[in-house]
Amino acid sequence: MRKVYSRIETIAGNVISVKAEGVRYGELATVNTRYGTSLAEVIRMRDDEVSLQVYAGGRGISTGDEVRFMGHPMQVSFSDNLLGRVFNGSGRPRDNGPELTEGLIEIGGPSVNPAKRIIPRNMIRTGIPMIDLFNTLVESQKLPIFSVSGEPYNELLARIAMQAEVDIIILGGIGLKYDDYLFFKDSLEEGGALSRTIFFVHTASDPVVEALLVPDISLAVAEKFALKGKRVLVLLTDMTNFADAMKEIAITQEQVPSNRGYPGDLYSQLASRYEKAVDFEGAGSITILGVTTMPGDDVTHPVPDNTGYITEGQYYLRNGRIEPFGSLSRLKQLVNDSTRDDHRALMDGMIKLYANYKESQEKKSMGFRMSEWDDKLLKYGEIFERTLMDLSVNIPLEEALDRGWSILADCFNSQETGLKSELIKQFWPKKDEESGEATA
Amino acid sequence: MTKGNVVAINGNMVSVNVDGDVSLNEVGYILVEDKRLKAEVIRIRGSQAELQVFEITRGIAVGDPVEFTKELLAVELGPGLLTTIVDGLQNPLPELAEKSGFFLERGVYLQALPREKKWHFTPTVSVGDSVSRGDQLGHVPEGIFEHWIMVPFGLFDTYTVETIASEGDYTLEETIATVKDSAGATHELSMVFEWPVKRAIDAFPERLRPEEPMVTKVRLIDTFLPVARGGTYCIPGPFGAGKTVLQQITSRNAEVDIVIIAACGERAGEVVETLREFPELTDPRTGKSLMERTVIICNTSSMPVAAREASVYTAVTIAEYYRQMGLDVLLLADSTSRWAQAMREMSGRLEEIPGEEAFPAYLESVIAAFYERAGLVRLNNGKTGSVTIGGTVSPAGGNFEEPVTQATLKVVGAFHGLSRARSDARKYPAIDPLDSWSKYAGTVDHEMTEYARSILFRGDEVGQMMKVVGEEGTALDDFILYLKSDFLDAVYLQQNAFDPVDASVGTERQRHIFDLVFTVLGSKIKTDSKEQARNFFYEFRQKFIDYNSAEWESEAFEKLEKEMREMLSRVSSELEPRAQEAYRNRGDYA
Ligand SMILES: Nc1ncnc2c1ncn2[C@@H]1O[C@H](COP(=O)(O)OP(=O)(O)OP(=O)(O)O)[C@@H](O)[C@H]1O
Ligand SMILES: [Mg+2]
Repeated sequence: MRKVYSRIETIAGNVISVKAEGVRYGELATVNTRYGTSLAEVIRMRDDEVSLQVYAGGRGISTGDEVRFMGHPMQVSFSDNLLGRVFNGSGRPRDNGPELTEGLIEIGGPSVNPAKRIIPRNMIRTGIPMIDLFNTLVESQKLPIFSVSGEPYNELLARIAMQAEVDIIILGGIGLKYDDYLFFKDSLEEGGALSRTIFFVHTASDPVVEALLVPDISLAVAEKFALKGKRVLVLLTDMTNFADAMKEIAITQEQVPSNRGYPGDLYSQLASRYEKAVDFEGAGSITILGVTTMPGDDVTHPVPDNTGYITEGQYYLRNGRIEPFGSLSRLKQLVNDSTRDDHRALMDGMIKLYANYKESQEKKSMGFRMSEWDDKLLKYGEIFERTLMDLSVNIPLEEALDRGWSILADCFNSQETGLKSELIKQFWPKKDEESGEATA
Repeated sequence: MTKGNVVAINGNMVSVNVDGDVSLNEVGYILVEDKRLKAEVIRIRGSQAELQVFEITRGIAVGDPVEFTKELLAVELGPGLLTTIVDGLQNPLPELAEKSGFFLERGVYLQALPREKKWHFTPTVSVGDSVSRGDQLGHVPEGIFEHWIMVPFGLFDTYTVETIASEGDYTLEETIATVKDSAGATHELSMVFEWPVKRAIDAFPERLRPEEPMVTKVRLIDTFLPVARGGTYCIPGPFGAGKTVLQQITSRNAEVDIVIIAACGERAGEVVETLREFPELTDPRTGKSLMERTVIICNTSSMPVAAREASVYTAVTIAEYYRQMGLDVLLLADSTSRWAQAMREMSGRLEEIPGEEAFPAYLESVIAAFYERAGLVRLNNGKTGSVTIGGTVSPAGGNFEEPVTQATLKVVGAFHGLSRARSDARKYPAIDPLDSWSKYAGTVDHEMTEYARSILFRGDEVGQMMKVVGEEGTALDDFILYLKSDFLDAVYLQQNAFDPVDASVGTERQRHIFDLVFTVLGSKIKTDSKEQARNFFYEFRQKFIDYNSAEWESEAFEKLEKEMREMLSRVSSELEPRAQEAYRNRGDYA
């Protein structure tokens, strides 16, 4: 029988303290208030003074409320019964289904030994040329969508989730709008994927501390499934809310902020979550697709900035398109050499020309005379944007490559493309066979 | 031994009441349930010591016992270090995996060097010889190297050799020599000893000025922004600009004996690429696997932060150790910003007065002291050895005006700044050729590279101007200048890391092709129109790119070169006067 403490010494923000003995760092406790029971976690100890972070927040807690230590850190139930269910950030059902208590596992466990990792090797096909051709997604990759608020990032996430060949989808919602949650639920249901999906959803109106738990809880469950051989796709939306929750909590705890109010360990905190992405040798894998909304469309803002330093690339969503500049899949070279011989060269060549197009476009907007070369580039950029970049385009990689060549042939002489002669010989469309521009 | 008990826990910082003497940086173990968690003393106040714990602190309770070791945080030095993959505390990761499986179980510490393996020892001193720290007692073959067995660097006296093992096979811990100090006490020496990581190894009589280039086989670096053997350089750049890839390329191709890779607080996946691929890749210099010249220190971003702070010191200590054998060692640290952040996290927990961006006030001096551990030294026996340090920097927001970049730029000898604009345009390596600098001498004649750089600057100016006045407002000569700088960029500064030939370009080839590039840059080129000039350069560029992927001195190589020289002679017959002069004064490489 664990001891119950009924004297709370201090209450500040979400942190309470009690005088207690025999408590271990990171241990969980329950706090009984007249509004219900909340979980709380030990975050600091000095002598017999124990500080706890209350998941449901400090509001409404009375100094006379009961604190009961549970003798273990935060846990979540793990079994196939999770599939199709919806939980909140502390792992409690929010779908009227039964509470799950079997197979409890700890969250936020140790990291994978780097020596046990293997080089990722499987492409995840999405049917989106800006991904498949230019920035291939790879199984076990961690990749965020950098987006201005208002862009259809959740739609993109849902579309990739449905098209990707994975066994289990875990949606971790952090500060998610209720409508967006319903959108995910409906889309996955329509796509017939609901029965292989688990939701851990923290909505904007839930306690801020619970926002911190969503990634850990989602990834702990993902890890267990992966160890059982499942290919798991974890969607985390929106990680900026996660970071903001950390900021809020750090500030109320009077930590010295490092950059625009964010705590100095923002990088390590984000990294310990994203690094859970892994391909287990002889078992399954975890792929993480996150959303990082960029306040003020500013990629140098601490959240996207730290994220970019951690993840294996990012997809920039702007004006309803995945922008070729800034977007990057760092794992693409692990898979795009075995797709088709022209994949890499075409990918680089087309982007270089697209950069030139942007320059010509700028010159044009300043009213300069367009040279013959500028005209070619302008034509190229327009066709490229319309027939490859548009998010409505849904074609397999091979078709996207063919389309790329035909766009080039429509706009340029072969040597203007800067592509190696060998490839040109093999792939350059013969003029009479293919004429007119590519069509979507 | 001093003992203590935990009195407070905050993140990875634990305060301990001690019953005796403790020293700064001393190692202690916190006894939690059935585990011993390693920690390092980072502050002492009266009878209370603050320790940073190298493990997850979950489960520690107030009152838990702590044992101090009297030892500072140290690494094991001896044969067998090469090819190892260790964490920031020198725990061998593959062996850890064998023991604990997929995950890094805390509190499991293994010896870094194999104890059973026998090494074939050949003595080089005799009984009666006088020796001091760093002197060779003998050597053992370690892969392709002759690994010196030395008098431990912590023995500061002069000693007389009393016994020395005869040639034969010995394990690491067998005594191979006994020596007597000036007071008459004897010391038994084996092939392994420890050295505290936060102290530079200084067992050498003299530091020399780094002068010889450390060839990376990256054209832009060796020709324009060289690094010297024993020198220091940094690679700051925004995320995704190519810092890690550049270091990976360098770790493969650099003309040094040994490469120490310190993966410090970055992605685990990147290390995996190295540790899976290196055993398969052959080092063109030795014909052996690249792994045989490599040590990987791997404390990636999700591994404990305190061990990350230690990892760069572990790395540089191992580098210094091999330098003491007269070898040229390259240490690549990715990323020094993560190391600085580890210091920041700890400083915050200690509630020290924060400096800029909450980094500790001593950030600059710590960074300077780290890079100071690079150097070219003359050893006791007159041979030289070197440690070259290259560190990446990950500045917040990609803005170089931040504490870590600025502190680093003050102390390094070369600056390879990566630019977002270049990496977005897929111009790799994305080193900004205009902003970057080096204080070292390179492999190609200085006057010629200066001439080429001037074309780059002027071409850039024309490019800027053209944005305002348009192509039509630009004179033909200026336009050609612009095309020249664009050409230099496209065929020489940019290099295709995925092309088997282009990926690494040795000194001889660099000099050879730079000659041709220089001739193009220096030529007075006559064309009738801008369109014609552009067409000329584009066609020339195309040939040059093919030439760059042609095998050195192959038929295709010779043929393309001939074609290009002919092409050039059709539009130009002479060099500009300044180019002519630079060319005439060029050094004689042969
Ligand atoms: N030399 C190169 N050739 C071709 N592609 C490159 C080159 N350098 C970088 N890239 C591309 O850029 C991506 C990012 O490079 P890299 O991982 O080296 O960036 P980084 O600067 O280390 O970023 P971070 O700070 O986030 O670690 C690579 O995955 C690769 O796609
Ligand atoms: Mg990197």
